[in-house]
Amino acid sequence: MADFLATLATGWEVIRFPLGAALCLAGALLCVIGTVGMLRFPDFYTRLHAASITDTSGATLLLLGMAMMAPDWMVVSKLGAIFIFIYLTSPASSHAAANAAHTAGLQPLIGPVDTHDKEGQDS
Amino acid sequence: MTAAALIAVLFGMLLLLIRAIAGPTLYDRVLAVNSFGTKTVLALGLLGFVMGRPQFLDIAILYALINFVSTIAILKFFRYRSFQVPLVRRGQGGGNG
Amino acid sequence: MKGAHVPYFLGLLVALVGFWLGMSGHYTPLLLSLGAVSVAVCLILAYRLDIIDREGSPYVRIVGFALYFPWLMKEIAKANWTVVKACLKAEMDIAPALVKVKTACESDLAKVTFANSITLTPGTVTVEIEGDKMLVHALYEQEAQPEAFAEMDRRSRRAADGKGGPA
Repeated sequence: MADFLATLATGWEVIRFPLGAALCLAGALLCVIGTVGMLRFPDFYTRLHAASITDTSGATLLLLGMAMMAPDWMVVSKLGAIFIFIYLTSPASSHAAANAAHTAGLQPLIGPVDTHDKEGQDS
Repeated sequence: MTAAALIAVLFGMLLLLIRAIAGPTLYDRVLAVNSFGTKTVLALGLLGFVMGRPQFLDIAILYALINFVSTIAILKFFRYRSFQVPLVRRGQGGGNG
Repeated sequence: MKGAHVPYFLGLLVALVGFWLGMSGHYTPLLLSLGAVSVAVCLILAYRLDIIDREGSPYVRIVGFALYFPWLMKEIAKANWTVVKACLKAEMDIAPALVKVKTACESDLAKVTFANSITLTPGTVTVEIEGDKMLVHALYEQEAQPEAFAEMDRRSRRAADGKGGPA
């Protein structure tokens, strides 16, 4: 049993750097995808949705990857604090932005949005 | 590979600047700056790992705190046009204050 | 401070001490005493601000939130996939809509949990809260019918208030 655990620990030491780096890369790609969505979407309220990709899955994967590569537990606890903090504050900021825009009278686009207007539906 | 992730995040921040500068409404800019702040936190963490100095995470935590407070302060100002409006506590009128 | 506030006080104390120990990393007597002073100052300030209550220190409900969180993560992952596809599609096929959602949550903490869960899920953002009705902006009209939020409503209510339907 102890041998098995030792093997497992050694294997973990070998695998954690590539795995963590891959997770970091995936999270960074999600951040870029969220940014691309922010550039492409047609109005403010839809851009909020694209921004929340960065705040949720991008941050989760990046922090998880960094936690795998962490040299000691102190770093893991700091990453956990950042994770909890981002998860508590990002919906609050999103809601504050949406609420401020709505109160100021910014009207959202409603209905199907087609950039090429193929369907002939009005928006 | 971590460096590649860092470069990707920095590239995302660069793209976000386009939205922050060109954003048609004020709220687009605020949203872009807020998202920029989140990416900055992540980029600071990654920078610490690339340079082998995870102490950068302390700065990242600090930046996350400041980013949230500044976003809320800016939005509160644009909503009420003043910093002197108290936030509504329960039992005092509408709950959407 | 009366007896009813003691659990919230202890929850805040444990959270602050844990935060200090998790951040500091130096366990020498000098730094530990500095940490104790910081925690004491924070507690005194929180007491004078009168925020040691159910909302200012929700740590007594931490088990409920810990049980709720994995389900929320699953929902976030599913919704993320939808929004990522919407971002990358060559032809944009989004259909934004404003939906009114009625919530069964009664306490403010449960409402905040529910509204934050909606906002945290990509594709839906809570725009306004009035009483027990929430105005939700959704990226896809067909995926944001009021029934779609019923389970999240029930689960967040159970997480924050410790009651509600089974499962």
